[in-house]
Amino acid sequence: MEEPMEMPPGEESKVSLGPPSPRRGRGPAFPTQEGQYPAVPHGALGRASPCTPPSSLPQPCSVSEELVTDPSLQVEISDAVSERDKVKFTVQTKSSLPHFTRPALSVVRQHEDFVWLHDTFSENDEYAGIIIPPAPSRPDFEASREKLQRLGEGNSTLTREEFAKMKQELEGEYLAIFKKTVAMHEVFLQRLAAHPVLRRDHNFYVFLEYDQDLSVRGKNRKELLGGFFRNIVKSADEALITGVSGLKEVDEFFEHERTFLLEYNTRVRDTCLKADRVMRAHKSLAEDYIPISVALSSLGTQEVCRLQMSFLKLAELFERLRKLEDRVASDEDLKLSDLFKYYMRDSQAAKDLLYRRLRALADYENANKALDRARMRNKEVKPAEAHQQLCCQRFEQLSASAKQELTDFKSRRISAFRKNLIELAELELKHAKASSLLLRNTLIVLKGDA
Amino acid sequence: MAAEREPPPLGEARQPELEELEDGEDLFTSTVSTLESSPLSPEPASLPTEDISINSNGPKPAEIILDDDREDLFAEATEEVSLDSPEREPILSPDPSPAITPVTPTTLVTPRMESKSITAPVIFDRSREEIEEEANGDVFDIEINVSDPEKVGDGMNAYMAYRVTTKTSLSMFHKNEFSVKRRFSDFLGLHSKLATKYLHVGYIVPPAPEKSIVGMTKVKVGKEDSSSTEFVEKRRAALERYLQRTVKHPTLLQDPDLRQFLESSELPRAVNTQALSGAGILRMVNKAADAVNKMTIKMNESDAWFEEKQQQFENLDQQLRKLHASVEALVCHRKELSANTAAFAKSAAMLGNSEDHTALSRALSQLAEVEEKIDQLHQEQAFADFYVFSELLGDYIRLIAAVKGVLDHRMKCWQKWQDAQVTLQKKREAEAKLQLANKPDKLQQAKDEIKEWETKVQQGERDFEQISKTIRKEVGRFEKERVKDFKTVIIKYLESLVQTQQQLIKYWEAFLPEAKAIA
Repeated sequence: MEEPMEMPPGEESKVSLGPPSPRRGRGPAFPTQEGQYPAVPHGALGRASPCTPPSSLPQPCSVSEELVTDPSLQVEISDAVSERDKVKFTVQTKSSLPHFTRPALSVVRQHEDFVWLHDTFSENDEYAGIIIPPAPSRPDFEASREKLQRLGEGNSTLTREEFAKMKQELEGEYLAIFKKTVAMHEVFLQRLAAHPVLRRDHNFYVFLEYDQDLSVRGKNRKELLGGFFRNIVKSADEALITGVSGLKEVDEFFEHERTFLLEYNTRVRDTCLKADRVMRAHKSLAEDYIPISVALSSLGTQEVCRLQMSFLKLAELFERLRKLEDRVASDEDLKLSDLFKYYMRDSQAAKDLLYRRLRALADYENANKALDRARMRNKEVKPAEAHQQLCCQRFEQLSASAKQELTDFKSRRISAFRKNLIELAELELKHAKASSLLLRNTLIVLKGDA
Repeated sequence: MAAEREPPPLGEARQPELEELEDGEDLFTSTVSTLESSPLSPEPASLPTEDISINSNGPKPAEIILDDDREDLFAEATEEVSLDSPEREPILSPDPSPAITPVTPTTLVTPRMESKSITAPVIFDRSREEIEEEANGDVFDIEINVSDPEKVGDGMNAYMAYRVTTKTSLSMFHKNEFSVKRRFSDFLGLHSKLATKYLHVGYIVPPAPEKSIVGMTKVKVGKEDSSSTEFVEKRRAALERYLQRTVKHPTLLQDPDLRQFLESSELPRAVNTQALSGAGILRMVNKAADAVNKMTIKMNESDAWFEEKQQQFENLDQQLRKLHASVEALVCHRKELSANTAAFAKSAAMLGNSEDHTALSRALSQLAEVEEKIDQLHQEQAFADFYVFSELLGDYIRLIAAVKGVLDHRMKCWQKWQDAQVTLQKKREAEAKLQLANKPDKLQQAKDEIKEWETKVQQGERDFEQISKTIRKEVGRFEKERVKDFKTVIIKYLESLVQTQQQLIKYWEAFLPEAKAIA
């Protein structure tokens, strides 16, 4: 259950790297729309790249604590290429399991393939008692692409300097989104690989090994609608089950979990939204520093008097402050927004599990009633008994499994939050100290000149 | 030399003052501050007389003028004035004038003054100038505060009254500390009077804060929300800066209208400042006429200094406007950040409440608290962004407009002079024609007219040279002030940014152990 999040560190790139792994191979080639995006090798991100601050190699900073380096099955996304509107991921597997024909595999998959895989799991009754790892969200470069396009369309109010800086910033943003989507997809696979039951799924093997295109067609309208209805039915069902039929939850643990998860899911959804807004406000603040810096710099070069130095120094200061603000924004994004987003989805998956269990409980109750009726009428008792037994077993299995899953979910959540909050605080401190130092140094220079 | 002291053609507003002038009071009084620098004065003996005259001016505020005509002879001389500039010589002082002797806005010069004027052409050398500058360093011992905005009246006739407190040791004032209540139109009235007296002879009169119909209406109708309190605060701060700039100007400080504004408890209402009054409309018409004229005047600029300055101020204006717009965007976004942070804090608190693991729950609540404090920080920073940085830029954009105005006046002055020359030429031609036509009666009239226009031409030339001189000094002083102002503000602003970061460090350092305590 790892989600390696990469964080662009400070210029003094001393980021604690995770377990050294020769991960990133070649890199993504950006869509060359009007030649605007540079082809930035993914691997080169480890060293200084011209337009973005050197980023770390992927860190196991995650939504879960340890990176399970289980040699029997290791999955990673070694490469990703972004083409016009799709992203192609290169999935590499190293495994000692007998199911695979070779110890090392490499296939190319698209986002739809991941979604397909997720759906096969969630629709599989065998896994009803398991929290299915949430599917990664669709890669969305729309906003970023639009911004870059608008910039390229020649906004005449921008000076050349401003234009260059904005372009740099937007490219950085694009790169960050790209890295995130890769990470999301990777975590999904890694959680599957780490789960004792899910990793043995046949479809999973197909996904990892089949070297042809999976040709997963997108859901057609019928299926989409079907999915939509299913959700509605689900919630209606749930309400119905607990309300009218008087289905009492006998197990305190599950009752507590249910109340907890319902509320938690709603809250974390809201917090995620708010965190996102904060992050975006920070970004626009950082962007504001660009024209300020540029204006100060032209003031400085045109001044004839003693203010020249002050203005130029100030221009430089704002430029550097911008970079720091930017980093604050992206750290908030990674440590807070992404954390909340992930747990929003994960808690939803947990809710789904609870629902399935409730359904099983309802089935069990119904089977009991049917058995009672059959006994009363003394007709078809045997099949009713068998059915009741089945339901009972299923329910108990589900409950046992669910309990374990939910406990795991809790500890996963706690350690992920702990890790991310600590890292957030440390990063914020780092940036605040850097800004403070920068400002104080500038003040010394300016005061000295007076 | 003496000729240069003659009054220019009388302007409209000057009439009444002229008469009072002729009381023959000593116009060359220096400010008290110069007394402090007396050791530097070349002729200390004359100081006591000036001193007396200052005091004698004091108790008679009704007699406006007196102080109107100070000749700012030495002041902060512009570095750009080359030692060879012909306009330099006359600048000098009559007898005394150690550091500053206020400039005579000429109209008021009496023949007596003329003889006094410029006896000894003082050489304008660098060292002298520097000494004077030093003397001017802590010259203005006057501090103005604008405070306590108070709503007076109700409905659409309501207005805000501000308390203007002056603390000073200058003896031209009655007391050392005093305060009065003034409303916004009083400030506008003051500016209007000062502008009328001083702008067209080349003084850079600081512009008053702008009117705002929307803002004021909100206040009038009693909307007690944050935007109207913000508006009032913004205005209060602007009025304070306006007065502080005005009193810093050595010539304006001597102006009796200014003194009356600061001191007297009752002030006649300035109705001419209303936009739709007769005077207001006249102003608008004049402005339009000016704009047209400006386009048609093609001045033969003989002095490269002025051309350079014109260009320089044009550029500065453009750059400042750009910067100002960017800083305003910054203020806006920072406010947005603050609001979003507050919303996030609340949401995080709720999340913490719903979290069932105790330690994590506590940590999330702590996070919420930190974010709330950070929201406060952002608000304060936005405040600083605005009041310290943005408003300064706004002020200077308006000040530069005043500078450009003054340069325009110089052009008009030149135009007038040229026109006079043209008319003189015509009169001469007419006279020549009459001579040939031999009409003795008309001839005499023609000769008289020629004399009249010759005088006018001379006057025009003098005026032009005077205004050029004044502008050079004023621009020099302005630039100095600007450098000082900007430096101070920049430092203040950076200090506010440092403060914010230091606070952030504190908050996150307090939070870190909480996060680590999650088990």
